[in-house]
Amino acid sequence: MDFKLSEEHKAVQQAAREFAKTRLLEGVIERDSKMIHPSEQVAEMGALGFMGIMTSEKYGGSGMDALSYVLALEEISKIDASAAVIMSAHNSLALWAIEAYGSDTQKETYLTPLAQGKNIGCFCLSEPEAGSDASMQRTTAEDKGDFYLLNGVKNWITNGGKADYQLVIAQTDPDKKHRGINAFIVEKNWEGVTVGPKEDKLGIRSSDTHSINYTDVKVPKQNRIGADGFGFKLAMQILEGGRIGIAAQALGIAAGAYELAANYSTIRSSFGKPIADHQAIAFKLAEMAMDIEAARMLVYRAAYLKDSGEPYGYASAMAKLKASDVAMKHTVEAVQIHGGNGYVKEYHVERLMRDAKITQIYEGTSEIHKIIIARNIRRGELALPI
Amino acid sequence: MSVLVYAESENGQLKKIALELASFGKAIADQLNTNLVAVTINCDNNDLLGTYGVNEVLATSHQGDFNAQQYAAILSEAAKSKEAQTIAVSSSADSRFLAPLVAVALDAGYVTNVVGAPISSNPFQVKRSVFTNKAFSVSEITTQVKMVGLSKNAFGVHENPTTATITNFSPAGVTSDMKVTTLDKATDTVTIADAEIVVSGGRGLKGPENWHLIEDLANTLGAATACSKPVSDMGWRPHSEHVGQTGKPVASNLYIAIGVSGAIQHLAGINSSKVKVVINNDPEAPFFKAADYGVVGDAFEVVPKMIEKLKSFQAENA
Amino acid sequence: MKILVCISHVPDTTSKINFVENDTQFDTQGVQYIINPNDEFGLTRAMWFKEKSGASVDVISVGTAETEATLRKALAIGADNAIRVNATARDAQQVAKEIVAVMQENSYDLVIAGRESIDYNGGMVPGMIAALTGMNYLNNCIGLEIEGNQATAIREMDGGKETITSPLPLVIGAQKGLVEESDLRIPNMRGIMMARKKPLTVVEPTQEGQQVQTVSFEKPAPKGAVKLVDPENIDELISLLHNEAKVI
Repeated sequence: MDFKLSEEHKAVQQAAREFAKTRLLEGVIERDSKMIHPSEQVAEMGALGFMGIMTSEKYGGSGMDALSYVLALEEISKIDASAAVIMSAHNSLALWAIEAYGSDTQKETYLTPLAQGKNIGCFCLSEPEAGSDASMQRTTAEDKGDFYLLNGVKNWITNGGKADYQLVIAQTDPDKKHRGINAFIVEKNWEGVTVGPKEDKLGIRSSDTHSINYTDVKVPKQNRIGADGFGFKLAMQILEGGRIGIAAQALGIAAGAYELAANYSTIRSSFGKPIADHQAIAFKLAEMAMDIEAARMLVYRAAYLKDSGEPYGYASAMAKLKASDVAMKHTVEAVQIHGGNGYVKEYHVERLMRDAKITQIYEGTSEIHKIIIARNIRRGELALPI
Repeated sequence: MSVLVYAESENGQLKKIALELASFGKAIADQLNTNLVAVTINCDNNDLLGTYGVNEVLATSHQGDFNAQQYAAILSEAAKSKEAQTIAVSSSADSRFLAPLVAVALDAGYVTNVVGAPISSNPFQVKRSVFTNKAFSVSEITTQVKMVGLSKNAFGVHENPTTATITNFSPAGVTSDMKVTTLDKATDTVTIADAEIVVSGGRGLKGPENWHLIEDLANTLGAATACSKPVSDMGWRPHSEHVGQTGKPVASNLYIAIGVSGAIQHLAGINSSKVKVVINNDPEAPFFKAADYGVVGDAFEVVPKMIEKLKSFQAENA
Repeated sequence: MKILVCISHVPDTTSKINFVENDTQFDTQGVQYIINPNDEFGLTRAMWFKEKSGASVDVISVGTAETEATLRKALAIGADNAIRVNATARDAQQVAKEIVAVMQENSYDLVIAGRESIDYNGGMVPGMIAALTGMNYLNNCIGLEIEGNQATAIREMDGGKETITSPLPLVIGAQKGLVEESDLRIPNMRGIMMARKKPLTVVEPTQEGQQVQTVSFEKPAPKGAVKLVDPENIDELISLLHNEAKVI
């Protein structure tokens, strides 16, 4: 078991770190405050190869592994969790499915420009009445012979406003229940597609989150991904991979908050010494460091399992659940360590605290992940898999 | 045997760094119990070097603009003719340019950024600054001929009056196919990032109408101007001048903060500056804890005095 | 046009500087190593020539195996070939001579080295390469254009700048201004993948001996309390800044 990062993985980590420091840090507070989309930086992420990081090179991607993806997301999240979720939703939720199950035409038309970062993708599963219970799809895609007629509303769509291509999940045959669900590639500019207003969120405010309305949208047959009725299974697989991205994002948020708090505690003095030398603060930092390391092991292991071709649903659920809880808990502590300064935007930690919350909610709530883990251990008769 | 220094001049007059270098060379010559020889190029006041202990001046002339290859050839030939065992140069851009060429010609071990006279002559050891001013090292030069580059302001100017013999020296020299086509002595306003000195103002200056204090002091020092965050937030000064954690980082040699209290995020941004001077009328201002030098006083009185004193200092030391 | 960029593997300036082995060695524990910033400005300009006119760019470094990560970064940024001379860098002339030995095997039109490295601040390797090979040399280079066999370069002087023309081959000492910080390249993912496949040749050293050695290191004295000067006595402040702090 080698705990060291390979030279190449270190190079990816370094590149992402440099990018975050030199291109994302400046203006991050303002972008969050005013909900300004980091469009220039996203274009640069495309040029750097982050927007198709795991997509095969023959489709214009970077052909890298999940661990590289995690390392890059972690570094970016330390500074700008919004940029990270834009990257994660694009890579894990939109791109992956097209490469794994798309037809050659779909790959040519959509995968390559998405992987090159020329277009942005989004994934439309959630609905006003269907969040955790994704099988309750009310968006319909009626089979009309040579096209599907798409009707319904999707919400909480990350990249909803900026995405040119959408991966939409909808019910074709309600009688077949979740086996009657399909996945489609829909283009934003098609007639009947209306992007709703941008949500005013607690955190990750510079990523654009929208609801999207579909009114009699004609989706060509060839835009369905995979066999008829494959949509629900596909959505679940997408989420399994997406979990790793969000776990990395949460890990980065926690690590970023830790770095800021640790640094602050060496500069700020009270009662004659740096606060890092007061046990109350020293203990907080010790716990933060330990919890982040523990979460990091779970996240990297989930990536490793995915890269090894082994089942990783259980591992990615644990990683996402743990990392998001660590992020929430320790960003609050980071604010506390900063005292009054932690309460103002200038010191960054309050933004990280607001950014952390969503990681416990989206791409599977913490509660759903507990169910997933419980099911896994029950199926394995409660023994701990390694 | 001798110690040889390259004493630079401009418009025929010896530069102050040349006098400092001569003083330094004299100290080495005394350590080695040998003569101090200075090489000048296109200099009119060579005898001034006698005041600083130079025994002999090899006065040369060179047609045309500075050319490192040609100047280096002059120095190498001078060093050989005087059997110089130690050669010293300044840290000016021109000296740093030509020195490695001389080092190779003489097969001399060369150490730059030396901060004082050799701590030992045999073995020949000097103290130099390393890691970009974050540490020092003692370096030993083991070649027969040794070369050192003196750090600016490291030794100071010391008189050691003697009569310098001025000898006209005409080495064979070399040709060069490098040509200077334009020379641009224009000094643009120096940016905060590149400045050696930064003068910064805070809320203590009371209003934008008082900024002439900062600008005048900066002009006197050839410094860049900067300000604290509240000052730029209030629009007294442009955002480009805001230094601090969320503003521009400062890594100058000297940072002078006037009327700035020294909040943590300001300090974090200017931490990399070498020397910090604080002028504030509040003795409890946190900045005093982080400063190297401080004046507790009214900026409106202290700064004009500083400008006046600096101007006379500069006149004396031209 | 064949370009050679000399790369130094140096500790990041934000690293803590500590010494071990009785203050005779630099403590590498926990220290991040990077491409020397001045070398990086030079490499970026070389990449510009590569993209604009198809120049080939080789990078070379004198160092033992752990310096390869830095050479690979240069390959990831876009250099074509990397050469590592398998020796610890001992002093400037040794480094310059090792580089010159490799240069004899290939003929380069342009040799770029950072004007100075942030660890030892010697500032002499590019000049020494030029002197050893008889090539023309320009230090403090803040601008470089090449047309055919003619280079037009800008040198930063104390208090100004000058434009100089020179035929190739030429050695330059690169620094900030040759390209701006915003032009520096972050290796992209494709570059990182390709760096793996680009040649990194290890050659054995040819030089023995040493001209300059470090006897010991010393950290500067810790900062004491602020020296307060009476506002009536500004002369003293000026004097302290000049004589003690040596900043004016």
